[in-house]
Amino acid sequence: MRTIHDIHGGIHPPERKTLSRPGELGPAPIPSVLVLPLRQHLGVPALPIVNVGDRVLGGQLIAEAQGVMSVPVHAPTSGLVTAIEARPIAHASGLEDQCIVIATDGHDEWLPFTGIADWRGVDAAELVERVRSAGIAGMGGAGFPTAVKLNPGPARSIETLLVNGTECEPYITADDTLMQCQADELIEGAQILAHIISAESILIGIEDNKPDAIASVEAAITRSGAEIELATFPTKYPSGGEKQIIEILTGQQVPSGGIPADLGLVCVNPGTAVAAKRAIIDGAPLTHRIVTLTGEALASPQNVIACLGTPIMALLTHAGLSAAPQQRIIHGGPMMGFAVSDLTAPITKITNCLLAPTPVELPLPEPAKPCIRCGHCAEACPASLLPQQLYWYARAKDQEQLAEHRLFDCIECGACSYVCPSQIPLVQYYRAAKGQIRDSEQEKQRSDNSRERFEARQARLESEAAEREAKRAARKAAAQSKAAEGGVDPIQAAIERAKARKEDQSTKQEQTP
Amino acid sequence: MSLLKVTSPHASGQSRVSAVMRDVLVATLPGILVLTGYFGPGTLVNIIFGGLIAVACEYAIVALRGRDPKVAVADLSVLVTSTLLCIALPPYAPWWLIVIGVLTAVLLGKQVFGGLGYNPFNPAMVGYVVLLISFPVQMSAWASPRGLAEVPGLTDTFRHVFASTTIDAVTAATPLDLLRQNTGLLFKDLLTGSPELTGWGGIGWFETNLAFLLGGVWLLYRRVFTWHAPIAMLAALAVCALMGYDGGSSQSGGSALFHLFSGATMFAAFFIITDPVSSAVSNKGRLVFGALIGVLIYLIRTLGNYPDAVAFAVLILNFCAPFIDHYTQPKVYGTGGRES
Repeated sequence: MRTIHDIHGGIHPPERKTLSRPGELGPAPIPSVLVLPLRQHLGVPALPIVNVGDRVLGGQLIAEAQGVMSVPVHAPTSGLVTAIEARPIAHASGLEDQCIVIATDGHDEWLPFTGIADWRGVDAAELVERVRSAGIAGMGGAGFPTAVKLNPGPARSIETLLVNGTECEPYITADDTLMQCQADELIEGAQILAHIISAESILIGIEDNKPDAIASVEAAITRSGAEIELATFPTKYPSGGEKQIIEILTGQQVPSGGIPADLGLVCVNPGTAVAAKRAIIDGAPLTHRIVTLTGEALASPQNVIACLGTPIMALLTHAGLSAAPQQRIIHGGPMMGFAVSDLTAPITKITNCLLAPTPVELPLPEPAKPCIRCGHCAEACPASLLPQQLYWYARAKDQEQLAEHRLFDCIECGACSYVCPSQIPLVQYYRAAKGQIRDSEQEKQRSDNSRERFEARQARLESEAAEREAKRAARKAAAQSKAAEGGVDPIQAAIERAKARKEDQSTKQEQTP
Repeated sequence: MSLLKVTSPHASGQSRVSAVMRDVLVATLPGILVLTGYFGPGTLVNIIFGGLIAVACEYAIVALRGRDPKVAVADLSVLVTSTLLCIALPPYAPWWLIVIGVLTAVLLGKQVFGGLGYNPFNPAMVGYVVLLISFPVQMSAWASPRGLAEVPGLTDTFRHVFASTTIDAVTAATPLDLLRQNTGLLFKDLLTGSPELTGWGGIGWFETNLAFLLGGVWLLYRRVFTWHAPIAMLAALAVCALMGYDGGSSQSGGSALFHLFSGATMFAAFFIITDPVSSAVSNKGRLVFGALIGVLIYLIRTLGNYPDAVAFAVLILNFCAPFIDHYTQPKVYGTGGRES
């Protein structure tokens, strides 16, 4: 039996998970228009390879990856490409981004797929390539390109594939539902991923508030006959953070600034494992995902399989949204999700939940009161930071102290804000401070660059001037030596030529009437 | 429908500043009851009169500062300050002493720095120390406990407080006074020889300390603060007392039990040094903060000129808090706190 370690801090907010009835899964209707952002992942946007007016089929590649840190996009159903333009997307910034817009035709025609049944005999590099070309990005929320994760480099040897089925955020049940409904695919996908990274063992971690998912994954492991370890641990937010689940299950901490591979681990979301199984065995690209639609402003909260690119409004309408005059729609969960600023924005590979709360359910924050340094935030912080100190230094814009107090080790889980008796939006201060520090670093980089450019230019001008001077001196010397030889001073000769020309011109002018 | 843009986290817990302050006020009740039971209604009158002055003062000054005075008063922090100060003041202190103390605490201890959350020193202790230095006679006139003298009734109390009639009849040396003034008696004989010193900490004092301990344990249970500072202070004080006990000679500093259960020990441990604003921030920092206060209390009690030492010890360590913070930063995740 594995020893379960405790993490520092953490909180127990109301879970509200039964609201969306985990374990029941139905399809969401195909909307008339799909909006597919070219960047649904962390990294470089994909490059469109279709044109406006093209007919595309389900599963067809419509935008290809540009380089390693990029992920391709596929059409989730058949239809016509009607636009490739900037559209509102679901992002905290509220900014627009380039999207491919498809008017669906309702036929839902698909390209045929060819998978690999016997993946064990296939080279890891080829499997990684298939994962890449299937457009898989981490489905837990960050959207890190999975193919990159599967290439930790020769310097790091991977011992364990860790499937993170914690899903510690309140309300969200997408992973819970996936583990209940697609457990066999999950196990198969995990085995494929472990094979790719030549991990010796597979470890699946699930919080103990999901007994149905635990039972279903356990049964699937037994059916598969594979040696896969299932570990359950007490429910606490944010146990599902990558760094946190690693500490819970191994007792080790990912070094600051490092990655799990430094500890011989690769950590994936269950949805990513299922997507990998479909990419390899079925040959199918990632075009759909499970989304939790929940919150008391919805008549029928539920989990759906939805086409990527489905507008948020279409899904909320499907779940029976009765909106308040001022409605908050949250992309993600109540702790780390962000408020959507345009409901025409589509869901993407990272959308695990859309939350439509009533104002009573998640009331607006009260005006912040002064910090009394009670330290409840420090007790709740899973990174063992001192949030109250970071808050002071963030307000004072004291970047040196912020670095000293390790601002960049903050995972923005929101536990500090949650427990704050003064209702201070602490995480918002940290985000702003991180942004300012990044800005000033960029600013410094820019000024360094321009200084270097200026210095280079100065050096070039000086060397050019010196060169000209040298050439002039050489010419002069040559002319002088020539004059000495031929007896005619070339400078004097040139002056006389000029004089003659001038006289010539003035006589011409006199002649003109 | 318009969309609300609010940043994460969208959920928030139930904890509120005013609730924390209310808990602290509730936790002082057992101590106040015992003080009233043993020393008469003097403390109660202190608290009510001081509370009125404090609220009025806070309201006025916050309004002058251009903030919403209702919000400031509603967080109850000013009542905590005045209540803690008035518990520390001698019962039957004259009204002007209370007024000066409360005004000093609220204005000089708190509002000049910007109000709640910005005070580098414990406001109640600022008020107390200003009074102790300025009016040593009035400040050292503590009442006799019930059993040794007649405890004044309510009418007498009002006469003492507001008409400033002489209160000689009801004052007596506190156990800590007796210990400091002791020159020739063995500690054991001092205990048996002075009627005030019956019990572990003196008549009334032991019970008062026990009551504040009870309130403090309740606050710990309510998670208003962590155990670090109080336990460190009590442990440090006990260790110092054990080292200075020397078997109880006439030069003895007094026994550990005597120090733990006499004077303002428990009150300080659970109500004064736990003020989060002016203490060290991390748990490790609070261990150091509490322990150093415990050491200073013992040193000032046994070697200093003042019988009790809590206020000075707390203010000195308030000075040191940022310094302690600098050296007690916790190990952040992934920086070597746990094997990584």
